[in-house]
Amino acid sequence: MSTPFALAVLSSSVMSGTSLLYATLGELVGERAGIVNLGLEGVMLIGASIGIAVCSSTGDPYVGVAAASLAGMAAALLFGYIVIGRRANQLASGLTLLFFGFGVSALIGRPFVGAAITGLPRLGLPGLGAFDLLVWLGAPTAVLLWWLLFRTRWGLALRAVGEDPAAAFAAGRRPDVIQYQALAVAGLLGGIGGAHLALALALSWDEGMTAGRGFIAIALVIFARWNPLWAILGALVFGGAESLQLQLQARGAAVSPFLMNMIPYLLTLLVLVFWGFNRRFAAPAALGRNYFGVE
Amino acid sequence: MPHDSAIAGRWLPSLVVGRGVTRAFAIALIALAVFALLLLADGKDPLRAYRDTLVYVFGNTYGFSELLVRMTPLLMTSIAVALPSRLGLINVGGEGQLYMGAWLATAGALCFADLPAWQLLPLITALGFAGGGLWALVPGILRAAKIVNETISTLLLNYVAPLIVSFFIFGAWRSAESSAYPQSPAFVDAARLPSLDGTRIHLGLLFGLVCLALYGFALGRTRWGLEIRAIGGNAEASRRLGIPVQGYMIAVMVVAGGVAGMAGMAEVSAIQGRLVGELSPGYGYVGFLVSWLAGGNALSILLMAFLFAVVSSVGDILQITQGVPYAVVNVLMAVILFIVLGQRQIMRAG
Repeated sequence: MSTPFALAVLSSSVMSGTSLLYATLGELVGERAGIVNLGLEGVMLIGASIGIAVCSSTGDPYVGVAAASLAGMAAALLFGYIVIGRRANQLASGLTLLFFGFGVSALIGRPFVGAAITGLPRLGLPGLGAFDLLVWLGAPTAVLLWWLLFRTRWGLALRAVGEDPAAAFAAGRRPDVIQYQALAVAGLLGGIGGAHLALALALSWDEGMTAGRGFIAIALVIFARWNPLWAILGALVFGGAESLQLQLQARGAAVSPFLMNMIPYLLTLLVLVFWGFNRRFAAPAALGRNYFGVE
Repeated sequence: MPHDSAIAGRWLPSLVVGRGVTRAFAIALIALAVFALLLLADGKDPLRAYRDTLVYVFGNTYGFSELLVRMTPLLMTSIAVALPSRLGLINVGGEGQLYMGAWLATAGALCFADLPAWQLLPLITALGFAGGGLWALVPGILRAAKIVNETISTLLLNYVAPLIVSFFIFGAWRSAESSAYPQSPAFVDAARLPSLDGTRIHLGLLFGLVCLALYGFALGRTRWGLEIRAIGGNAEASRRLGIPVQGYMIAVMVVAGGVAGMAGMAEVSAIQGRLVGELSPGYGYVGFLVSWLAGGNALSILLMAFLFAVVSSVGDILQITQGVPYAVVNVLMAVILFIVLGQRQIMRAG
């Protein structure tokens, strides 16, 4: 592998890994509080479409990112109302959120198909290259979340709710309030993940443009064993798989693009299989269960 | 999920049907109201839109027959979700299983094109079943061995199956007659499922209804059904009673995937007449919603599949007559589901 090729792969894996990293971190916070959101893909789509729409209307990509994160938060809180407030099944509600996000984003994005977008500007750091602000903030966000989850009282309460909501309630915490907070953070980060995809990588709207990244991010949470620091590595590896495929295609490798497009999904499945074989029980104990209060 | 199936599994046919009809009507009303609001927000006249739709769908036999055409794959993809759900498994892979069924059926139709119809049709039907079933076998084994959760594995495989189809229709199977639009060569007449004269209703509808009847009968009236429901109720207790839980998990996933694969076979053999890239507008996912709303009950599945066929036809018609984007249908289905999902828990709590 020549040096320019390796550098191109590395730099583009950082780029495509960033949107995965934000989405993974978001899902991770939610799952630590006991809520699995299969609709992350829908949240990312809403973030991407709002990001494009706002950026195209205002001309400012940062405003686009801010709007996308708020829209993602709103979508996650809607999901939260269904699963926390109404105690509906999390998996079915998550898939419904996927449908919702797919439809809503198609409606939002439709007027902006082919619209010209000024992407997130690249900011150079000496010796490290030039990336946009969200790339630079990716790893620090992961560290911040690690600190919040494992070194603060709020994080302790959040993890307690994910392990045993009844015990957390007995200790004077409100499981529902904490889960809403976790989902707000999750939606914010999911929206940012979608916005990065739209405003830094694709620079245009395309229906269903996240192409399963939301589900890969959910798998990455398992890969990261619910630890934000491991999520950095996971996002880099999967960003790498995607960018290797893009770079090979750009260089006209004689492999069918359809076969190469399978790589991220199959790699994800393989990693899950490998992880499943030597599993330690790292998942929050009450993940996916509804808390019906103290009966 | 086990909770839901326990309720729906009670053998009270009249009551379940009554509740199913009421619920279907309630959902239809909600759907119409939400649709009207969306149309108003878009500056369209909802009443005119509904009149257009009524005239188009129910005004002549062809419009109505198209509802049954659309319902056919939904029947099969809902069974693909409902059957594993009785076991406590969540199969979200209907979409991928449908594509793989279509793929393997196409392979059969192209390789054995000189067989007579009475041999070729059963062959490609079996191949459609096998394609979907094998695609579900991997998640089934991984779940039975407690290695990977079936929800995430079936979802990931949904993204792989259409790529396999594309790989073939852009490559080995690319038809020479249409260079602009990638698709397989047309099936020979012997590989086309027969249709009713003047409509697109095809034998696949009968397959779907038979599968549904078998599903209802097997679950309610056979030892297999009893054991499946027992596992869904308490897997650990069933294992201690000597029920082969892992074997059931794998077998049920294969059968479920196979039924979804038959939907794919029917689409290529009866509707398209060749393998194309855009086989399904999300039949696998809609099947999940249908099955969920129906609570796994066979008659409710029939009602809900019909209802969702109506909803998506309405979307089609409004797209043509009013220029409303089809995505509205996704939003509509999601809103209906959010309402139902939120409500059911309240009913249970009360």
